[in-house]
Amino acid sequence: MNAPIKQFVLLLEGVNKAFEGFKAINDLNFYMDEGELRTIIGPNGAGKSTMMDIITGRTRPDTGKVEFGKDDSLDLTKMNVPEINRLGIGRKFQTPSVYIHHTVFENLLLSLKGPRGVFNALFARTTSEQRDRIEAVLKTVGLTNRAQDLAGSLSHGQKQWLEIGMLLAQDPKLLLVDEPAAGMTDEETHKTGELLLSLEGKHSIIVIEHDMTFVRQIARKVTVLHQGHVLCEGSVDDVQNDERVKEVYLGRKKKH
Amino acid sequence: MQRKIKNLELWVVLVLALAAIIILPCLNVYTAETSWLHVSNFTITVYGKYLCYAMLAISVDLLWGYTGLLSLGQALFFTLGGYMMGMYLMRMIGDLGQYHQPIPDFLVFLGWTKLPAFWEPFSNFPFAMVMALLLPGALAGLFGYLAFRSRIRGVYFSILTQALTYAACLLFFRNSLLLGGNNGFTDFKFILGHDLREASTQRGLFIASGIALLLVYLLCKWLTTTKLGKVQRAIRDSENRVMFSGYSTANFKLFIFIFAAMIAAVAGVLYVPQVGIINPGEMAPEKSLEAVVWVSVGGRGTLIGPIIGAFAVNAMKSWATRAYPDLWLIFLGTMFIFVTVFMPKGIVGLPAQLSAFYKKRFAKKPAEAVVAAKETSSAKPE
Repeated sequence: MNAPIKQFVLLLEGVNKAFEGFKAINDLNFYMDEGELRTIIGPNGAGKSTMMDIITGRTRPDTGKVEFGKDDSLDLTKMNVPEINRLGIGRKFQTPSVYIHHTVFENLLLSLKGPRGVFNALFARTTSEQRDRIEAVLKTVGLTNRAQDLAGSLSHGQKQWLEIGMLLAQDPKLLLVDEPAAGMTDEETHKTGELLLSLEGKHSIIVIEHDMTFVRQIARKVTVLHQGHVLCEGSVDDVQNDERVKEVYLGRKKKH
Repeated sequence: MQRKIKNLELWVVLVLALAAIIILPCLNVYTAETSWLHVSNFTITVYGKYLCYAMLAISVDLLWGYTGLLSLGQALFFTLGGYMMGMYLMRMIGDLGQYHQPIPDFLVFLGWTKLPAFWEPFSNFPFAMVMALLLPGALAGLFGYLAFRSRIRGVYFSILTQALTYAACLLFFRNSLLLGGNNGFTDFKFILGHDLREASTQRGLFIASGIALLLVYLLCKWLTTTKLGKVQRAIRDSENRVMFSGYSTANFKLFIFIFAAMIAAVAGVLYVPQVGIINPGEMAPEKSLEAVVWVSVGGRGTLIGPIIGAFAVNAMKSWATRAYPDLWLIFLGTMFIFVTVFMPKGIVGLPAQLSAFYKKRFAKKPAEAVVAAKETSSAKPE
């Protein structure tokens, strides 16, 4: 039982979190392999965002184990948000959060992997390696020709890509992406899917999504959350044909 | 294009500052009092005071306009700096006070015959100046540490800073603090051996204030170009994103808060010998609020805006408090509301606002055509 645990890049075991009596996360067990692209679906209030909050240190679980790292398991429940981020866990929020008064280039510059101290920031200079790295990220997310524009002038979809780019600039081991396709046109959604697929293998990625067309496009292994607990896991087809999942989504009563 | 405008601003400020620092004192010394070019001693002192207010305004804007931290207690640090200078100036009175004792008059009045121990080192000018920076800096550090660690943000932060300055105000009103109670310090005579009642001393203080403001401006200008300045504005626009990018935003905010407190303290240090008095009234909540109005009138999020705002509002105050003394506060309030609603970018943003208005009003059709063209071009697939 203990031996295989080390192979997972992310492990949540027996995690519980209640908000004023409401059990947002209920005995959650979740394991992820390195380089995996995992999609999490689940109805509203299933605990998807709370799970992200727990992984990134925004919320502390009441009980349970949250560990990160393939070789040396680091206990995430004892760290704060910036510390966890510096381990290599990047998070993209549902609504695009970019620095609207900075240029696209500067947005990426501030996100690049590197020292994060106050006095370092006071005397930091942009090196040519950093420029090259930013150019590469710009190319990946398709914003090369917008580099010098203010991020506030980008379209909704472009802001989402910029934010994904900001995560990539940190070269994270694990990427948490919360509803990247929300508010996007079909074309933008498709492009986003391709972007995420291109990252598969280089990073471990968790995507939370509602849009089933999008899930079909990107999904390898799908985890269904319900009432803070993993309901089932498997391929898209397995999951969609699962009786329990139909019950949860369509609201059918159990016949006991 | 944008960079050119920024450089232009720098040059305008440099030229204006040097002109003010050199020309105004020269006009004061070398022109006859009857000449229309003459700058009176009174004017020099008033402008010197405005220069100090401008520094205070910059410190408010560094927090509010650049970091998104609306401090409603910035006058506290200004006044603390002023008190440190005031203690030095009180010691320089020597035994020329009303009671002709070697200790400040208010201490004699309170029944003291010997100088309290903590007053001793303030006879030393460098010590007083170091304390003028350290004490406000330390207070800002302590308060900021507690506030930012506890993730106090937004309006809660503003209310706390206001409460802090009010609490300090009440504390300084007490005679038992041995800092002059509600009368504070006044009746100063000498600074570094120069008589404060001499016009030349006041000119010197004016020049010192001008240089200090210029240095503060240049230092802040530099700060905004560093990565720290970029992080600062990123915190203002999306603090969560900054935290989730691995930056401990609390440390950054703390650094800026201490830095801004020290700028305010320098302003207070130069203010006191020019106005000749310092008392707890300077840290009353409305003083800090006034500084916020200067910044919003001038244009927040710029460095030139607070300077323009401090001069414009205080010039108006000087006039209005003489012409319509009862109406000044109504005036100030109305101005704040007007600027907030109709001129969100203040005086500095006015040219851009007017040209946008002009374009919209008088060139409606071409503008619409441009927008339509943009929409069609951006809708095209790549």
